[in-house]
Amino acid sequence: MASIIAVVQKFPRTTATSPKRQLQSKLHAENIGMIFNRDSNCVEVLEGIDLEVGEGEFVCILGPSGCGKSTFLNIIAGFISPTSGQVSIDGEIVRGPDPRRIFVFQERGVFPWLTVEGNIGFGLFKLSRAKRAERIAHYVKLVGLEGFEKAYPHELSGGMKQRLEVARALAVNPDVLFLDEPFGALDSITRLTMRSELLRIWEAERKTIVFVTHDIEESIQLADRVVVMSARPARIQRIVNIDISHPRDISSRRYIELRNGIFEEIGLAHKV
Amino acid sequence: MTALAQPRKWEKYFWPLLAGCLFLLLWQFLVMWSDTRVFPSPVSVGLGMAELMHKGLLWQYILDSLRRVASGYLIAAILAIPSGLLLGWYPVAASVVDPVIQVIRPISPIAWIPLAIVWFGVGDAAATFLIFLASFFPIIVASMNGVRNVPTMYRRAGRNFGLSPAKIIAKVVFPAALPQIIIGLRIALGIAWLVVVAAEMIAVDSGLGYLVIDSRNSGKRYDLVVAAMVMIGLTGLGLDMAFRRTEKFKSLRWGFQNES
Repeated sequence: MASIIAVVQKFPRTTATSPKRQLQSKLHAENIGMIFNRDSNCVEVLEGIDLEVGEGEFVCILGPSGCGKSTFLNIIAGFISPTSGQVSIDGEIVRGPDPRRIFVFQERGVFPWLTVEGNIGFGLFKLSRAKRAERIAHYVKLVGLEGFEKAYPHELSGGMKQRLEVARALAVNPDVLFLDEPFGALDSITRLTMRSELLRIWEAERKTIVFVTHDIEESIQLADRVVVMSARPARIQRIVNIDISHPRDISSRRYIELRNGIFEEIGLAHKV
Repeated sequence: MTALAQPRKWEKYFWPLLAGCLFLLLWQFLVMWSDTRVFPSPVSVGLGMAELMHKGLLWQYILDSLRRVASGYLIAAILAIPSGLLLGWYPVAASVVDPVIQVIRPISPIAWIPLAIVWFGVGDAAATFLIFLASFFPIIVASMNGVRNVPTMYRRAGRNFGLSPAKIIAKVVFPAALPQIIIGLRIALGIAWLVVVAAEMIAVDSGLGYLVIDSRNSGKRYDLVVAAMVMIGLTGLGLDMAFRRTEKFKSLRWGFQNES
């Protein structure tokens, strides 16, 4: 009981203190529920999820493996329609995927039959040839793939492939990025550099980002707010404001305090 | 040399060559030792081949066989790849057509010979039709399965970037399925080469298959029969080797590796 009270004190519910919250609302998920029918069994994956994401905000959705957080991301991206509830973006109800909102996949979603240039230019089929080349060159540089323009994905490392996928997404100039455990398959060193790369890109381009992860540290390093999900059926257990400015010192007291709080929230002791 | 070591360059050619020579020697020895009259020695096969070449028949027959394979096979590929893609894309259509395909597929194209002759007469058209039948099914099945095995992720990415369904098929599904389609094309080419020999024995009067049956019928020239068989084998090998080169294209190589 004492620990619960402590947690509550650590995360004051006063949302008004966060400057990000005064941003215009970008995405609004209302009462999202999802039931899958598998072999005549009904599996309830999501239950009554309400979430509002501000323009230019970086939100991490954190939860245990298989809790349904990827399903939720697929719903707000428009790939699956929910059993109940609705998602609206810019006040418009989401009825399917849209190039204004790009999904970056868990596994490496780059097209292996296209070169780096071909992948980045994939969504740019409406532009003129010159415009497209210019856009490709810009994003090749932004994600640091200069010199690999003609390389195929199987000639790149895992981290480079993931950067390529982010570049392909950014090239169509979307307002929202959905990232589904994008760094999950990378080794821990690459993962760290990828996080700071992503923050650098986010600061340069100011997209609204919804980032799904099961990595507590990752969520605290990246997000403005961390949405902690419960086990299945997933509900929002708590939303944690990460009130540390970037670049974040991951050995600062506040960081450790927030991390410990989330560990306790999820019901894990962080002792190995 | 351990099992894991890469063979050295000379070894790559030396051992197969040595095995080939030993095989020919053993063949020659067995023919001489058994004093058989119904199986020619490699020397007489070589002489037979030289005779055919001298008459200008060898190249002409090889080219005739290749021409028939090429036309039947190309028509099959042109029809089977798009229909396979569409059937893979629309599972409902596939479930309607699939039983028919599965019943016709195991029927050897040879069994179609009587019908082929009734429909097309004795001649090139009948042979081409048989090769078409032989190639069509492996290609359509490979294309269908290729589409079905395209990861959902790629299709979703295509939709996400705002591509129309037609464009998704052309720019995402087709290239993603291409490695599997190529495997189907390669299998089909092998079968087509098997079938052309059978077709030429019955339906036409040129080509390597005709050479086999004609050499036997006109004078029991078993040296020419075996010479034709050797040429069938070598040409088939050449076709397959040429085909395997496609796997080395960079935009395809991902599909032929264990780890991409």
